[in-house]
Amino acid sequence: MDVYLPIANLSVNGLVIIALGALTGVLSGLFGVGGGFLTTPLLIFYGVPPTVAAASASTQVTGASVSGVLAHGRRGGVDYRMGAVTVGGGVIGAGIGALLFRFFQAIGQIDTVISILYVVMLGTIGSLMAREAWEAVRPGEASEKPPARKRRHHRLIAVLPLRWRFYGSGLYISPIAPLLLGVAVGALTMLMGVGGGFILVPAMLYILGMSANVVVGTSLFNILFVTMATTMMHALTTHAVDIVLVALLLIGSVTGAQFGTQIAQKFKPEYLRLVLAAIVLLVALRMFFGLFVRPDEIYTVVPL
Amino acid sequence: MKRVFLLFALLMLSAQRDPILVPEVSQDDIQVQQGFTGTELLLFGAILDPTGARAGQDYDIVVVLKGPTEPITVREKARVGGIWVNADSSAFQSAPSFFAIASSRPIDDLVDERTAVIYELGLDHLQLSPSGTIDPEEQARFTAGLVDLRRRQGLYKEVTDGVQISEQVLYQARISLPSNVQTGTYTAETFAITRGRVIASAIAEVEVRKVGFERFVEVFAERQSLLYGLLAVLMSVGTGWIAGRLFAMI
Repeated sequence: MDVYLPIANLSVNGLVIIALGALTGVLSGLFGVGGGFLTTPLLIFYGVPPTVAAASASTQVTGASVSGVLAHGRRGGVDYRMGAVTVGGGVIGAGIGALLFRFFQAIGQIDTVISILYVVMLGTIGSLMAREAWEAVRPGEASEKPPARKRRHHRLIAVLPLRWRFYGSGLYISPIAPLLLGVAVGALTMLMGVGGGFILVPAMLYILGMSANVVVGTSLFNILFVTMATTMMHALTTHAVDIVLVALLLIGSVTGAQFGTQIAQKFKPEYLRLVLAAIVLLVALRMFFGLFVRPDEIYTVVPL
Repeated sequence: MKRVFLLFALLMLSAQRDPILVPEVSQDDIQVQQGFTGTELLLFGAILDPTGARAGQDYDIVVVLKGPTEPITVREKARVGGIWVNADSSAFQSAPSFFAIASSRPIDDLVDERTAVIYELGLDHLQLSPSGTIDPEEQARFTAGLVDLRRRQGLYKEVTDGVQISEQVLYQARISLPSNVQTGTYTAETFAITRGRVIASAIAEVEVRKVGFERFVEVFAERQSLLYGLLAVLMSVGTGWIAGRLFAMI
């Protein structure tokens, strides 16, 4: 099934793109992450220009996170106040990200920056997750250790002025901390074309110390609105959102997400986390080696 | 008066010696839309001898199909501290987005280096107008890199036996355009060559453009970017929401 993408300017096999979307969807259903960290590199690998890939992937993540936000919202799993603060930061971050993107593009180092960001981010998060999941899976010791961590926010956050009450998260902290977190994730969203769930969730748990039952919902809420903002930013500045590509990805991801959710119910969450950690680490390793191996193309062409 | 006569005489003279090229392109309007996976152009025509007789001598035909030119930067990766990063770069003011050349015999056998450069015959003789002051050796390296890259993308090609000439009168060449070609005005130029000299040339234009839905999307994204962005977001949210509702029902 050949489909011509009017913005990317090339003809692709529509079924491949739908399958790619489905893969992302299964991942998001299984693990509650957007899966943008896989879509963007795979699209580029398939021949879609990088900017179009990043812009369209972020639009697709919007669609993938809607149903999650609705589901979590129904059972009170979204702290809207916290979400609003991180979204506010995210929009600022997306703006900063766009400026950084343009700067690195101008000096020709955007590819390297993106690769290094992927390696560092995915490598760190992947190994943290793997360790935590491994300890949970390991028989015997898990029972000796009752819920090990006391839920508590980082010391640095306590010194920030201007405290707000976040009832959903069970926190009384300064909004500056989640705002800064939002800025950082927003910048990464714009730079890497990812939703940022894999950074937000651990940061909300371990740095802000939010209560676990609102973390995933609030993170999805943030992703939903920040990807909307990045879509708009791409539409207005780079004109790189390919609506046909987005539609194909969406068809795949919304159906894939249903399968993912059903599979997720059959397995223990610890094992799922271990698998996700393995996937994340694999992507990070692949990109790490990619930095050192002689690239297929020594020369690249960019329009002036 | 004398000058007019001289000019006339010259015209007569040249008309007597040089053949007339009548080129034709199978399609002068290529429409890019859903299902477009590239297309094949047939460039054909006739070589007529003005004396009426069939062209007595051997002609060789070279056909060049060239896409719109654009200014580009070519970057070169190099190993810096163990990792591969973009190091040097070079700018070209007029790189053709597509360049295909077909000839009845290898170009080297037809014309000398100088003529090939003048008429831009062959991938080694593209006039890319490099800008900035870098030494010729470096420039040659970047040019070779660009040509090699685009050749493998199917955007630059050279077919040394791509033109068939029958009975020294009719010629035809097939050039395929891949789906990732740029839109714009393409020129199809035909050269008749004999004894190392270009004796006749003719140009035909081919318009490659998006039509229908594809054209609409492109213009929409470009001119109404705010509305386009909102529509993309709406579509995304809508699909996600509907899927969520459907799933909740199951």
